[in-house]
Amino acid sequence: MSTNGNLLDVRELRTYFDTVDGVVKAVDGVSFQLRRGETLGIVGESGSGKSVTNLSLLRLIPEPPGRIVSGEVIFQGRDILKLPEAEVRKIRGKRVGMIFQDPMTSLNPFMRISRQLMEITQLHLGHSKRQAYDHAVKMLEMVGIPDARVRIDRYPHEFSGGMRQRVMIAMALSCQPELLIADEPSTALDVTIQAQILELIKTLKEVTGTSVILITHDLGVVAGMTDQLIVMYAGKVFEQAPTTELFARPGNPYTRGLLRSVPDPLDQKGTLYQIPGQPPDVAHLPAGCPFAPRCERAEDICRREFPPFVQLNANHHSLCHFANEVYAESSQTSAA
Amino acid sequence: MSTHESNLNTHAPVPAQRREPLVSVRGLKVYYDSGVRRGGTVKAVDGVDLEILEGETLGLVGESGCGKSSLGRAILRLTEPTAGEVFYRETDVARLSTRQLRKQRRHMQIIFQDPYASLNPRMTVGQIVGEPLSTYGILSGKAASARVEELLETVGLNRRFINRYPHEFSGGQRQRIGIARALAIEPEFIVADEPISALDVSIQAQIMNLLEKLRREKNLTYLFIAHDLRAIRHVSDRVAVMYLGKLVEVAPAHDIYLEPLMPYTKALISAVPVPNPEIELKRERIVLQGDVPSPINPPTGCRFHTRCPYVIDACTRVIPPLVEIKTNHFAACIRISPEHPDIDKIAPGEAPGLATAEAANSPKLPNQRKPV
Repeated sequence: MSTNGNLLDVRELRTYFDTVDGVVKAVDGVSFQLRRGETLGIVGESGSGKSVTNLSLLRLIPEPPGRIVSGEVIFQGRDILKLPEAEVRKIRGKRVGMIFQDPMTSLNPFMRISRQLMEITQLHLGHSKRQAYDHAVKMLEMVGIPDARVRIDRYPHEFSGGMRQRVMIAMALSCQPELLIADEPSTALDVTIQAQILELIKTLKEVTGTSVILITHDLGVVAGMTDQLIVMYAGKVFEQAPTTELFARPGNPYTRGLLRSVPDPLDQKGTLYQIPGQPPDVAHLPAGCPFAPRCERAEDICRREFPPFVQLNANHHSLCHFANEVYAESSQTSAA
Repeated sequence: MSTHESNLNTHAPVPAQRREPLVSVRGLKVYYDSGVRRGGTVKAVDGVDLEILEGETLGLVGESGCGKSSLGRAILRLTEPTAGEVFYRETDVARLSTRQLRKQRRHMQIIFQDPYASLNPRMTVGQIVGEPLSTYGILSGKAASARVEELLETVGLNRRFINRYPHEFSGGQRQRIGIARALAIEPEFIVADEPISALDVSIQAQIMNLLEKLRREKNLTYLFIAHDLRAIRHVSDRVAVMYLGKLVEVAPAHDIYLEPLMPYTKALISAVPVPNPEIELKRERIVLQGDVPSPINPPTGCRFHTRCPYVIDACTRVIPPLVEIKTNHFAACIRISPEHPDIDKIAPGEAPGLATAEAANSPKLPNQRKPV
């Protein structure tokens, strides 16, 4: 079933939205692979296309205004984009679990937690009510909800934000999916609760062996959680590399700027590096490189021609006219 | 008016001895009624003593519901304090009449978290930024427009934007508009209530740098409220950590990050993910158990005792006062004392700060403590 050890193989995915402002190319030619048991991080700022990428994988884009224009999403040897809707429904929630940023809007406020959890295994695994209930309790215990047997019959509003996110994780993992997609799972939570949730995802990943796609804007979060990283900007993959490599030797001016603009808690006070300008308006992208107007390295060619996706080494790619130069600079600094 | 000032003050650090408290908060309490049926009171701020020195940025951190915004708003009296004093220089803001308060507010402004909700969508940028000028009768007509244009430039916006509406701007630009509005009447003190939380990473850096530049140029004093410890560390001279309505640690920013003393601060700092895989993969993170308890019915004694890895019996009954454990470094924990500041070196069950705490718990004069 699998293709050369990859659980997921995304090729040239394009998702566009028709708006009054014209066609917004939210995701424009995104490709990546995810190996079994690995965690892939997708980093980007708002409007970079990271969430639309994730929604496109399971065809959750509202049509209209959105449409997946082209591409392939090969999950265990089958292209999800070509499957009949009924087949996709068997994958969603069963083979691929998802958690979203806002645990309150992702849970039905009128349904007890128990029913929301039971629904999944009754549907996908053919559990009886009894089985589903017991399984749900087991799942809640696994994600660390105290008094799971009592609390399972409560409503979402009776849970705190962190506990709701735990419920979401329990739900996503109910059918032992091969892949868990977590879209900003800790962003809406407080710092100490964020640490709890990330730690939980890490532990569960080790226990269940599921692969994870972690989508976030926080470079700190991906640093300790992921094996591979993709940096997105204006619907494009700007850089792709193993996590340690990408942090140590960024080969793209945007990634480098992003890394430098995060204040280091151990660093002295001083002027923080800042990327000038505004995030791109994806409906009106400039000619050439979309990052050129904000880029400290930009030259004429950047404003004229779309940059190539340069291979820097076996696993490291960067979308930049000067990728090799930037990479060489980073390699020097990290060696020093 | 702002231009010649900026020429004078650029890069001039404020000498330490010149620093007087600009704002002194004593015994401040902010309680909210939580509704008839539920009964009970939300003790959002429950007895805070704090000084904000002239020219400094005091960072105030804590998790949601800890009372940090209530404290900030009560200082400006945007929320009525339930008890306590808020001195702005010699004026007790908490006791001013509405009319006096209005005058007072010329010196004190606020920047809000949500750049989308804090600007009136039906007003142009010129009207928004110019409103304080007309409210205070400072400038009108052409002079006001000129001043607004100058302000826009100060915060890094194009003067041509003056007739545009908020929806035409991005989040970061809107936050700049909010900052321009706060600066319009040349305040001395600004409460920045989570000014960067709603912004993208690359824009956060821009806004932090802008605030820092303005502070230097205009000799401003900030109370910078945030839950992001990385940002707080970067912008602040001193940091105050709040938990469930009380300050639990106050210290120079440098010290609090290198040597947090109180267990909650330790956990908070440990929880911050660092953008460096090598550090992240190696370090042992302190993961706190459980959630923040409800401020309607906060735990007895030390409010952190329900989640504290170092808890002992006495913690459940004695309220720890803020004690100066090291020079300028205050922490509220009975398990440490100036003689024994490192909680990890304290023998199990020992509480060297217990006597001080019990003494502070008994007298009827809680406000006589030296504010930090």
